Amino acid sequence: MNRAKALAGAAFAAPAFALMLALLIGPLLVLLALSVTDYRLGAMAVKLVGLGHYAALFQDEVFQRALRNTFLYVALVLPGAVFGGLGIALLVHARVRTRSFYEVIYFLPVTSTLVAMATVWQFMLHPSLGPVSAVFAALGMAGVDLLNDPSLALGTLAMIGLWQQVGFNMVLFLAGLSAIPRDLYEAAALDGAGGGIDRFLRVTWPLLGPTTMFVTITSTIAAFKVFDTVAVLTKGGPLGSTETLLYVLYLEGFQYFRTGYAAAMTIVLLAFLIILSLLQARVIDRRVHYA
Amino acid sequence: MPTNRRPPAGITLRGIVKRYGPATVLDGIDLDIAPGEFLTLVGPSGCGKSTLLRTIAGFEPQDEGQVRIGDRVVDRLPPAERDVAMVFQSYALYPHMTVAGNIATPLEMRRLSLAERLPLLRLASPRRPRIRREIMAEVEAVARQLDILPLLARKPAQLSGGQRQRVALGRAMVRDPAAFLMDEPLSNLDARLRVQMRTELAELHKRLGATFVYVTHDQVEAMTMSDRVALMEAGRILQLGTPAALYDTPASISVARFIGSPPINLLPAEARADGAIMTEGLRLHAHGALPAGRVTLGLRPEALELAPPETPGTLPVSLRRAENLGAEWLLHAVTPGGTDLVARVPATAPVPERFSLAIDPARLHLFGADGQRLVTRLGLRVPA
Repeated sequence: MNRAKALAGAAFAAPAFALMLALLIGPLLVLLALSVTDYRLGAMAVKLVGLGHYAALFQDEVFQRALRNTFLYVALVLPGAVFGGLGIALLVHARVRTRSFYEVIYFLPVTSTLVAMATVWQFMLHPSLGPVSAVFAALGMAGVDLLNDPSLALGTLAMIGLWQQVGFNMVLFLAGLSAIPRDLYEAAALDGAGGGIDRFLRVTWPLLGPTTMFVTITSTIAAFKVFDTVAVLTKGGPLGSTETLLYVLYLEGFQYFRTGYAAAMTIVLLAFLIILSLLQARVIDRRVHYA
Repeated sequence: MPTNRRPPAGITLRGIVKRYGPATVLDGIDLDIAPGEFLTLVGPSGCGKSTLLRTIAGFEPQDEGQVRIGDRVVDRLPPAERDVAMVFQSYALYPHMTVAGNIATPLEMRRLSLAERLPLLRLASPRRPRIRREIMAEVEAVARQLDILPLLARKPAQLSGGQRQRVALGRAMVRDPAAFLMDEPLSNLDARLRVQMRTELAELHKRLGATFVYVTHDQVEAMTMSDRVALMEAGRILQLGTPAALYDTPASISVARFIGSPPINLLPAEARADGAIMTEGLRLHAHGALPAGRVTLGLRPEALELAPPETPGTLPVSLRRAENLGAEWLLHAVTPGGTDLVARVPATAPVPERFSLAIDPARLHLFGADGQRLVTRLGLRVPA
């Protein structure tokens, strides 16, 4: 390739590269740098601590618990968010006249602010005032306090997270369903694969592969970043049973002002997200793209 | 491919009506397709030809009328039970399956139970491996016939358009259906491949001896492959007949216009009570009674011949453009009356600068004011 061409190519790539540098790579480098210092917000002097923070993370019981809670939360939300979204999309897609009505209903939680909705949930789940508790009481389980019982609180947050994510995934699956050519369903009907199960296994599920992969990765990341419901509803309690990575990170960085330590946590969180995404992309990608 | 192939089935349509809301897409179609026949439904887009095919397949059940395939009335049967196979314009191959898997699908659906098709659960079936082996043997036989044996392990995305077309044909053939339905199967191919596949399809039809119902908007495909052609317009069949019949004795101006390339020349004319027909200063006469009034004369481009200028009884025209097709010329000319004409003449000599066009009255088509063909013999009166 001649020099002029190479130069032109670099010039075209430059704006995007500059933006990436300023908005992604730069902050990441700053974060990396902070994570090896004992910087506290507003401090005048900074000392290098090397990998000390990372070593401390492995000893930090709060962090370990937050890590466990976060993984548990993801494991609780993910199957429901993906398969629930798919199921609802399949049902809504089959509607003709009521389709847009159901789309709006299921998408509403996505458009609402989770912090505002969390206060609504707080009322709904209130042990003495909330309708949910009333239902539990009517079923003979009076006194169940979904947000203050250490064994139930994380699960309750997961259900709220699911409620919020499932509508978004439904919309993604609906888009995926609309992209499946009608011819393929007709060919399947002629081939004898017109029944619900065969049609799903031969056409719908395989052709939704790329959508499913995308939904799984975005849902995982969204669940990993759970924060607002924790901050509003439980503040990590009871007994730390709902402390999640992002919440602990927020406490360290913005309540205790241990910026360096929080930076190290962020790096670990990022590493998890990148590893998870790569794993999913590598494993699934080969099975869902047929070109 | 099973060697003891079943005899092909005929298809009978009676009074088929299909409406979408206020629009009538099929307006009382009656059609008898003979067993083993290659019948083409042709017409401009929106004429209802694809809808008719989809009605036969069972995708869009008719509002009125009856569909009979072989000796069964199939009106209430779902597509899979109508015993027809279809080749789609988009080929509609399963993208996640190999060529072999695609072709095997209809057989698997018929010979394996639901449990034997489900992931994991299927492994429990002791007879499944044997059935799969039989199916694969048939798939290979079909693939060999279509010359796609080396492609069996590939996915559709790795195939060319022509190869995908063959796989779609294979998936249809492997079932040995009572009839093949084809919905513009060549439209997605490039021009050269289309010509080649035309020949191959016609040969395949001959070899299989099966009933083909073929939908196309391309009159060349209709003319070159079919035993009979049904020309449709606005939900009705305008004319049903052999390609030659449609070309030589079009039932109406619409048919005459649609069939033939370049299209037929149409000259406005005036029929008089005494049987004379006047056009462009020419005087023709009809042997037989004609109602007086406006009529239209149709002349195929090859029914016009070069004549020296100002020959009596010819059309004096001025040349607009001459197209050299190698063996022949297409002469685009205009009459003194302002009608455009195309003449197809042998390219034996250079095109003269001035010329007239001679008409062979025996090859003239006469259409009445309603556009319908008038059956009468025509003569040309040449002034002395």
